[in-house]
Amino acid sequence: MAFNILVCAKQVPDTNVIKINPKTGTLIRDGVASILNNDDANALEEALRIKDKYDDVVVTVASMGPPQAQDMLMECIAMGADNTVLISDRAVGGSDTQATSNALVATIKKAEKEMGKPFDLVFAGRQAIDGDTAQVGPQVAEKLDIPQVTYVEELTLNDAMDECTVKRNMEDGYEIIKVKTPCMLTAIKELNTPRYMTVKGIFTAKEKDMKVWSAADVEVDLETVGLEASPTNVFRSFTPAPKGKGVMLSGNTDKEVVTQLLVSLKDKHII
Amino acid sequence: MAIKVIKEECKGCNICVKACPFDAITMENKVAEIGSACTACGVCVAKCPFNAIEKTEDEEEKKGVDLSAYKHIWVFAEQRQGKLMNVALELIGEGHRLAKEISEDTKICALLVGDNIEHLADECFEYGAEEVILIQDPLLKNYTTDAYTKVITDAIEEFKPEIVLYGATHIGRDLAPRLAARCNTGLTADCTRLDVRVSTYIEYAKKNTTLDTSTLDPNDPSTGIKQTRPAFGGNLMATIICPRFRPQMSTVRPGVMQKREPIAGAKGEIKVFKPTIEAKDIRTEVVEIVKSAKELVSLTDAEIICSGGRGLGNADGFKLIKEFADKVGGVVGSSRAAVDAGWIDHSHQVGQTGTTVKPRIYFACGISGAIQHLAGMQTSDIIVAINKDADAPIFEVADYGIVGDLYKVLPILIEEWDNAEALHDAAAK
Amino acid sequence: MELKLSIEQEILKRTVSKFAAEQLRPIASEVDEEHQFPYESLETMKKMGLMGLPFDCAIGGSGADYLSFAVVVEELAKECATTASIYATHIVRCCYPIVKYGTDKQKESLLRKLFSGEYLGAFGMTEPNAGTDFKSQLTTATLDGDSWVLNGAKFFVTNAGFADVYIIIAITDKEKLIKGGISAFIVKNTDEGFSIGTSENKIGRCGCPTAEIVLQNCRIPKNRLLGNLGDGANIAKDIAEFGRIAVAAQAVGIAQKAFDMTVSYMKERKQFGKKISQFQALQFEIAEIITNIEAARLLMYKAAYLKDVGRHYSREASMAKLFGAKTAVSTTNAAVRLHGGYGYMKDYHVERLMRDAKLTEIDEGSLELQKMIISTSVIGK
Repeated sequence: MAFNILVCAKQVPDTNVIKINPKTGTLIRDGVASILNNDDANALEEALRIKDKYDDVVVTVASMGPPQAQDMLMECIAMGADNTVLISDRAVGGSDTQATSNALVATIKKAEKEMGKPFDLVFAGRQAIDGDTAQVGPQVAEKLDIPQVTYVEELTLNDAMDECTVKRNMEDGYEIIKVKTPCMLTAIKELNTPRYMTVKGIFTAKEKDMKVWSAADVEVDLETVGLEASPTNVFRSFTPAPKGKGVMLSGNTDKEVVTQLLVSLKDKHII
Repeated sequence: MAIKVIKEECKGCNICVKACPFDAITMENKVAEIGSACTACGVCVAKCPFNAIEKTEDEEEKKGVDLSAYKHIWVFAEQRQGKLMNVALELIGEGHRLAKEISEDTKICALLVGDNIEHLADECFEYGAEEVILIQDPLLKNYTTDAYTKVITDAIEEFKPEIVLYGATHIGRDLAPRLAARCNTGLTADCTRLDVRVSTYIEYAKKNTTLDTSTLDPNDPSTGIKQTRPAFGGNLMATIICPRFRPQMSTVRPGVMQKREPIAGAKGEIKVFKPTIEAKDIRTEVVEIVKSAKELVSLTDAEIICSGGRGLGNADGFKLIKEFADKVGGVVGSSRAAVDAGWIDHSHQVGQTGTTVKPRIYFACGISGAIQHLAGMQTSDIIVAINKDADAPIFEVADYGIVGDLYKVLPILIEEWDNAEALHDAAAK
Repeated sequence: MELKLSIEQEILKRTVSKFAAEQLRPIASEVDEEHQFPYESLETMKKMGLMGLPFDCAIGGSGADYLSFAVVVEELAKECATTASIYATHIVRCCYPIVKYGTDKQKESLLRKLFSGEYLGAFGMTEPNAGTDFKSQLTTATLDGDSWVLNGAKFFVTNAGFADVYIIIAITDKEKLIKGGISAFIVKNTDEGFSIGTSENKIGRCGCPTAEIVLQNCRIPKNRLLGNLGDGANIAKDIAEFGRIAVAAQAVGIAQKAFDMTVSYMKERKQFGKKISQFQALQFEIAEIITNIEAARLLMYKAAYLKDVGRHYSREASMAKLFGAKTAVSTTNAAVRLHGGYGYMKDYHVERLMRDAKLTEIDEGSLELQKMIISTSVIGK
């Protein structure tokens, strides 16, 4: 029976390109492409490497988002994923991480039902560049009731494919962790270098199995998804005060000047 | 709660479409329409010049928990190998401030989880904790997601804290989302500012942001947590609330909050919570924990860059730059002039023909600021320039400029670097 | 009409652009200055399936179309014209004629290897005294039993020495010449009597080898004739027409890159207390340049589109090449000038674009030839 890998992915605006209009304080989105989230690309790459190494591995990518997220999923297919599922429904719009994980878990369970067995391994990116929360991965793991290892920078799957040995990145070093499958692993960029899409992959993507499901299709409890069901809400949002003109520090001695600098840096929490 | 367009008022001017950070608004027949990507953040409400967009609060009672059953603030006092993380002490300081803003009898509690870590309770007390909740078991010696999630969930159910704060470390960000999911509550990641009183929030917003505070009532008695965090790579700030669920949870970026002045010998109550945990509850096995000095990061990934230029005068100048970089945990960069002079390898060059960088702090030492250099570093968060020539173009892009001899300034900076906090506190007084 | 790329073409453009920025941009100067063949980049391009891009999946291609091919060439040319040249030569001058004129056996033995990148393709037609006027050439092929025997030398062969498969144009009947006396052959680098002559010292695209190939009693099996006997002139013309789209795409890519670099420079460079992008005289020049680039791109897209739908596109390809080349040369000239003293320095890379652009005026026929083709389509011969 096939070894089924799930990769959770998100379509995000390319924030490397996003700029703020200094006059209006709004984001300039014109000409900003929507792309596969960076860490998610590492997650997918790792799944594809397992697929390259072993026979009979099926890689599914799951996402939640507007219908345009299909473009991002096409990219996943073009990299080598076998099939994709997208939950797209107004009812799930505005979800925070908790509600998002509810919707994704319902989607994953529906996909498992269709396959007739649970996923053997679940990957996600550590975090999405638009929100930087790093929460959806662990929350999906919790709700699927599987163990998790986050900040994965190296992965070895044993040949029996039932145990992962993971190098988990820490601020002050790393941990080596063993975990049985099924489990959730969240990828960081140190894990690998994602491959480029292939031309053939791009041009045959539409022939692949790319499901789009509504909230009703995945039978999710509507009380658990969307803006209304989200425990957290946006209270206010704003742009940081514009960076003022720089200051020239002066003093009677160099020591005074250095002190001023350190006090200012500390005051602004820069150091 | 929802964002609604008052159709009669909408002029189809497109300002909201451009303003929406989530790309959720479209123009249909010259009337704005709010799409499903809306998070009710309210940016459009503020931007609409015609007051044609409003944020409505729902009348109906929404699902939630009994808020009054929850009290006190907890800080997950993260320890590794029996040593408290700095961020834990920072959070105790911050939690102390918040607790007293909520009410006099709201306590700040440190949550200590591990094995043989009783001795850490004193440190928590010294830094401001009034109570320590101690959960110990040999199975809790090293952090594992499963064990920590289980015992902390049990403790939360037992004691019902109002707020739980975690450091946004690799452990905090692994644990908190899992706990929030299990406790079915909200969690806000990577916060850089916390408030409970609306009045303090207004004060903060007025001083540091572009937020229009006229719609906020400074006399609002509510004490729900207002968690401010950067989004879209810091281009946008959002303040998040968790009005209906408890505990309210946040992870907080290390280094942002203030520790309290420690009071030697301070004591508080230790509550011992007996965990129910078995080996079979833990589905991961920590085989090895390795502490290592991180390899030298590349210029592109560096948080701090210390660059030297022609002003160094000779190749030996880079020894001082290196010493400075080592002190501040930065990476050595250089201008093209220094590379061309043969003082340092091209791989260190920042600028048009070198590497483009965007660190948190960029120190430009003896760099005049030729356009080709500026092109590669001017989007750094903070630029500090040290140069003899007061007219050097580098000062035009610098946030902090020092006119002086880098050979005199840098050694002092190196010497004083670790005293920054003390100097800051002294200046505050 | 819908003037936009399909979603597949968009994604392809983005992917190739990312590849070019990540892997070509860092090496482009070195490739040019050290005359280095960009092996590693080609390895990645092979993995991406670019080497058989516009051809049917059924014969081992990647299943895209000619417009996609043009888009890819544009993106490659933005970062490294050397790589764009190597790539376009492979597709246009070697893969394409075999796909179109090859026998089943020839296709079977060559295409999969060409498309996977195991083989690199090249094309030899030009001779010292025969460029556009290719009937003046001297290379001959004579039938000797079961073999063709080729004699002569070809000049300015792109990819020479690095390619495995060469399409060679030779005279098979001196009397008939372009009326059926010229034929095309498939020659391999391993064939007896095949050798590489002197390598040229070019002013641009220096990482892509251009050399002489020498055919001295080069003996190849009879079944290596490409197309029918006497088809050579038509095949060469077909290749040149398609090639003009590729040259136009390179021109647009080079021009766009020069333009982007110039605009970002102008937004940084301050003179007389303001950014030079704030001077209206320069703003007007920028407006003119980008209008030309956009027009050149649309002409190039149109030619590729016509080819995709199987319509006659000779005139449009010539227009695209003519206008594209002029735009590339004028834009890169302006880019160097607008960069001031920095533009004249190799560090700023715009001078490389200027040298790279120059070839677009010459490659696949002079600008005068394009004008002849275009005017003939209007006035007749």
